Amino acid sequence: MVETQQNTLRIVDCDWRAVGLGLTRGLTLADARARIPDLVALEADPQADRRFLEDVAGFCDRFTPLVALDACDGLLLDITGCAHLFGGEEGLVALAGRAMDRIGLALRTAIAGTPDAARAYARFGRGGILAPGREEATLRELPVTGLDIEAETVIALSRAGLKTLADLAERPSETLSARFGEALAVRLRRTLGREDRRITPLRPPPDCVVERHFAEPFADTASLEAVVARLIGEAARVLEARGEGGRVFELGFFRSDGAVRRLMIETGRPSRDAKALIRLYRERIEALADPLDPGFGFDAVKLAVPICEPLNTQQHSLDGRAVEADAIADLVDRLVTRFGRDRVLRFAAQDTHHPVRAAKAISAAAPPPEAAWPEPEPEQPPARPLQLFEPPQPVEAIAEVPDGPPIRFRWRRLIHDVARAEGPERIAPEWWRDGFDEPMRDYYRVEDAAGRRFWLFRIGFHEAGSGPPRWFLHGLFA
Amino acid sequence: MTAAAIPTLSDLRRSLAEAALRAGPAASGRISLGVPSLDAALNGGLARAALHEIHAAEPADLAAATGFALGLALRGGQEQEQGEASGRPILWVRQDFLDAETGRLHAPGLSELGLDPARLLLVRARDGEGVLRAGAEAARCPALGAVLIEPWGEPRPFDLTASRRLALAAEGSGVPVLLLRVAAREAPSAARTRWQVRALASQALEANAPGAPAFSLRLLRQRGGAAEREWRVEWDRDRRSFAERSLFDRTDRLAPRTDHAAPLSCPLVPLSGDGQVAADGRDTGLRRAG
Repeated sequence: MVETQQNTLRIVDCDWRAVGLGLTRGLTLADARARIPDLVALEADPQADRRFLEDVAGFCDRFTPLVALDACDGLLLDITGCAHLFGGEEGLVALAGRAMDRIGLALRTAIAGTPDAARAYARFGRGGILAPGREEATLRELPVTGLDIEAETVIALSRAGLKTLADLAERPSETLSARFGEALAVRLRRTLGREDRRITPLRPPPDCVVERHFAEPFADTASLEAVVARLIGEAARVLEARGEGGRVFELGFFRSDGAVRRLMIETGRPSRDAKALIRLYRERIEALADPLDPGFGFDAVKLAVPICEPLNTQQHSLDGRAVEADAIADLVDRLVTRFGRDRVLRFAAQDTHHPVRAAKAISAAAPPPEAAWPEPEPEQPPARPLQLFEPPQPVEAIAEVPDGPPIRFRWRRLIHDVARAEGPERIAPEWWRDGFDEPMRDYYRVEDAAGRRFWLFRIGFHEAGSGPPRWFLHGLFA
Repeated sequence: MTAAAIPTLSDLRRSLAEAALRAGPAASGRISLGVPSLDAALNGGLARAALHEIHAAEPADLAAATGFALGLALRGGQEQEQGEASGRPILWVRQDFLDAETGRLHAPGLSELGLDPARLLLVRARDGEGVLRAGAEAARCPALGAVLIEPWGEPRPFDLTASRRLALAAEGSGVPVLLLRVAAREAPSAARTRWQVRALASQALEANAPGAPAFSLRLLRQRGGAAEREWRVEWDRDRRSFAERSLFDRTDRLAPRTDHAAPLSCPLVPLSGDGQVAADGRDTGLRRAG
């Protein structure tokens, strides 16, 4: 793997055989080729590496919900309380090793009491499982590079004759902090297992997780649905015991070849109604653009509820109103699941006179807006059109000078003779949003001889020196 | 055991409540349009639990057809609530293409026609199939005031079976389903009524300003009833009702007629069952439009 660094191609990574041939990181490609003419070099792609690592992290999600990325080639898993599910720590390591082997990755693992100790042991030690309390004794042998510190510090330390962690650990930490900064002392304490820290997982741990692992992968849709139904029922019971309902449900399907497919189900209100959730799941599956591909089968399914909200058991009233509201919310959930959040909308009133900005379409899954709509003026015909063109459509119009309504206009190749008109209604641009260049608009409500009603506006005035005013059709009245 | 029993009980309660909902005033059959002659022709009003098709006479009349459909939906909601201002939500399914072709729905304009935009749920679907699917899903929900379905043209999946499915859903839930069609031919469908809507010159206000929305309606088809009749109606936003256009302008809105207000000077015939007159009126309308 090569990358351009300071205008030269340098090796950023190489495999074991290359190392055996004497190549190292940081060597220029030209030098390397001089030594080994038939060297195979590829451009490094850090983004792709990162994506791949995230995929692997997604795969490791089956072991524990707490997975974090470590540098560009490592993963940290917090397996507190999880290992016994996979046959103990040895079983877990073996399982992970086999899985990585299948996708062609070499794996070095270490299990230790703190994340930094495990990390140092895997990267710089022999790897393996450190018994609790043995971290310090084992890791003392590691070189100072094991602290994951900057190269200059490493050089400075080795010049001072401090080669291993033991050398550092024996010095009083005050002098180390005074010379190399507090960060080094903290690193040292963490790596030697004297201090613990929490890892920041890639995906925040959900409030409620239920999962099923299978001895044999299966690909059958009907059994998959049965599994999902059972998981949903289980999650519903957990939530009920807590007096909560989920707003977002995330299903993870772990394929036996390592690929993970995740599906989200969202509900407008907190819910733990298993029947409704299963229905939403079916909608979701049906609406998928690329169907759920089982490949060689799924070997684990996981249901996580990342967002929970309090939901108290309700006495179902026989009052029609509450049932109606529930029915509407259920309908919105189903439509959102099928068509997406941004396709099921309701309007929110905005406090502006700008015709286009007066209404904002927000997702119906969001809480309903508070602002009330202005009441139309009684006894007056509609002042705003039912349908609005955005952007406005240019028309050719003949109008009286200077600010008369159009007499005749051509829109979509049809000539409309204006029979009635009202206007102008001058709407000034919002300079605090549009800037000062936005021209004024004079709006007219007009009706043509066939009885169709339009909303037209004029930009510009009949003035010497400026071009002729331009006309636009902005909306249609009923 | 108990875990299994609790959902059953709550389900039972809910289904009871839903049954009560259906059997309530909502299910009692007909939506009065506020125009006696129209209601009479419809045997007392538009059937509530049914599918109704509304065609725009020409693509340019879509705004008028939309206004008429919205009026029907509002009448349906209002009747149910017996004068209460906030009615049940109205769900509107629209195909994306319409936004470019006929403009997007403008909430202040809805408000100007008497629908509180907070009552509206809008579903935007990419294609005709999505429109029908969302429409069918919504039509099954008994808590809605009305469902408006607006595909563009003639979506391929929209055949007799699809319309029958919609009609059945409407019968099951008791919600009026209004199918708004533009650029579509008349085809056999399970709709209870089929209307053709054309824009009609409004009654001018002072200074020759355009007045309240006016429509020229033709009842093209009615299951088990007379059809092929024509009405001229206005939408009265303040009363949330249609009103028949009389021969003479109302005195309070009297405006001087001008020469080019041609549609007003032609005879307006409150139509009887005479199809001939209807045809004449329509023809003159066409000539003017062309």
